[in-house]
Amino acid sequence: MSNAPVTRKHASTLRGGSLPKWSPWAIAAGSVAVGMGVSLAAGLDSKIQWGLIAAIVFVLGTYVFAARVEGRRQAKDRVATSLVWVCFIVAVVPLVSLIWETIKRGVKVFDTYFLSHSMGVVADAETGGGIYHAIIGTLEQVGIASLIAVPIGVLTAIYLVEYGRGKLARAVTFFVDVMTGIPSIVAGLFVLSFWILILDMGYSGFAGAMALSILMMPVVVRSTEEMLKLVPNELREASLALGIPKWRTILKVVLPTSIGGITTGVMLAVARITGETAPVLLLVWGTGFINNNPFDGPQASLPLYIYRQYSAGTPASTDRAWAAALALILFVMILNMGARAIARWKAPKTGR
Amino acid sequence: MDISTQSTEAPPPAPRSSGATRKRAARGATRPGDRVFLALSRGSGILLLVIMAAIAVFLTYRASLALSKNEGNFLTTFEWNTGLVPPVFGIAVLAFGTVVSAIIAMALAVPVAVGIALFITHYAPRKLGGPIAYVIDLLAAVPSIVYGLWGAIVLVPHLNGLFGWLDTYLGWTGIFSWQGGAPRSMLTVGILLAIMILPIITNVSREVFRQAPQMHQEAALALGATRWEVIRMSVLPFGRSGVISASMLGLGRALGETMAVATVLSPSFDIQASLLDPGGGTFAQNIAAKFNEATVFGQDALIASGLVLFVITLLVNGAARFIINRRKEYSGANA
Repeated sequence: MSNAPVTRKHASTLRGGSLPKWSPWAIAAGSVAVGMGVSLAAGLDSKIQWGLIAAIVFVLGTYVFAARVEGRRQAKDRVATSLVWVCFIVAVVPLVSLIWETIKRGVKVFDTYFLSHSMGVVADAETGGGIYHAIIGTLEQVGIASLIAVPIGVLTAIYLVEYGRGKLARAVTFFVDVMTGIPSIVAGLFVLSFWILILDMGYSGFAGAMALSILMMPVVVRSTEEMLKLVPNELREASLALGIPKWRTILKVVLPTSIGGITTGVMLAVARITGETAPVLLLVWGTGFINNNPFDGPQASLPLYIYRQYSAGTPASTDRAWAAALALILFVMILNMGARAIARWKAPKTGR
Repeated sequence: MDISTQSTEAPPPAPRSSGATRKRAARGATRPGDRVFLALSRGSGILLLVIMAAIAVFLTYRASLALSKNEGNFLTTFEWNTGLVPPVFGIAVLAFGTVVSAIIAMALAVPVAVGIALFITHYAPRKLGGPIAYVIDLLAAVPSIVYGLWGAIVLVPHLNGLFGWLDTYLGWTGIFSWQGGAPRSMLTVGILLAIMILPIITNVSREVFRQAPQMHQEAALALGATRWEVIRMSVLPFGRSGVISASMLGLGRALGETMAVATVLSPSFDIQASLLDPGGGTFAQNIAAKFNEATVFGQDALIASGLVLFVITLLVNGAARFIINRRKEYSGANA
């Protein structure tokens, strides 16, 4: 190029100086080094302190460098970027640690023996024992809760989307929203108050399942409602125009179109209630023995098992608690991933 | 064929069709199948309302049984002795602990969650954003008891250093002084709750930020705004109410959390001036901890405290929903 101003890009007044592309990485590396250096020099043993020092040095360093080279506006921009990255890392560390520690400590006693034996007469301090009785309890309680909550939830969602107009529908929508936020322990106390204290029925898996179904219903309603709203009106109108009654339209056209999304919602709701401890603690009571009958006598459940083994506090029981936590996380994660896979696979056509 | 009969009958007012049948034909609910189906679905809607009402009624009834015999002031007593012959119990400590731990959790979680949401929508390389969002979705499903186990065994020992720091540099405030007990205090609970509600707040905020109008952002960029200025001027104002309601949902979760608090906190029935010294309690934690030894009367007293928690979370969630509903978008369905 013969044109002098074009070649001398750096002298342009439209764009001030800028830091090279690798500078954030360099500043990050530098601040990690400073953090480690300071911590070693001061003899700090906690990695949380190391990380905090490094994060503060990183944000400040970014601002100082950028302000000197690029000006204040660019510096603010860079600080925001570095803060967002720091937020991300700060959040990821505990979450990764949670998964990592659960796997690392859980695999110690996690084997087929653990999955296929109950606690029976195993004392807290003894090794051995397993979660068979807890798995049975969890499956039965969650199964009964789903049997109660899914039909009610799906029908309510159908009412809201297909029929709902006026005061009743608005009230139902509002209270479904509010119900989503009921603490699990309050649901447990409610079933306790009328089933056990007033009707005098005794602790059982079924009582726990009722509380779980209360927690599950609003989640099912919400997700089903969202899915039904995605079904294009043209489909409904086409079916009604052929003279099909409304209820058959709903059963044969609307529901099959949205069944993938509804399944996803139900699976996510199941995953949510599987991990609930508080209502089970209040209503199912817990036992070390196998009880296959959810309608009579205390049962166990996975979350409750974790709590009891942790509370026992011996090394053997803590190992069992971690292994059960691993089993619970695996179960919930598989449900979640399956649900999301179904959602992607069966996503409704949005009519465009 | 009932289609033909209906369509011929409806438009001209035939002399034999009475007013009632005409009305029904107009509503389109003449077929028995339709009527049954409508009744079923409306019935389940009503059932939900009945359950909500029943929760309020039964909790209030059992709570009133306990409160009528309470010798202490339910709101101000610093004791929980339901076994005494005139029983004395009050929720002052629990209310304080619940509010304080929730405030700490919100103060820590909301800024970080907004940061992660922005990271996913505006900062992360496009290929990274999707998987990160997916993983955070999954983390929202980790059961609270697992968070509790992790918090009690992994997090608590790690906090010794941080607590020592706070004591050294901020101990003079009184809030951050530390007598050196195990770090199982309100601050620990707040930190753990913050980690737990982070995924929920992130997910909702992310959705809102993603919907921020692209045109506004491009217009700002075209005017020479930096990325941060774009976010501050067009994304954050758009997402403000979404973030507020997301935070309220997180707050509702933090207020009602039971197991994580029960495993991490070492409770006592007094209020600690310092956030770092172990002690205090929350509504849900107190219920879980006291339940096994409680008599029927003790359970009623716990139900009374649960009723207070119920009302608080109702208010918080109702407020959150009110904010969300003010800006509901149009949906494709008839409703």
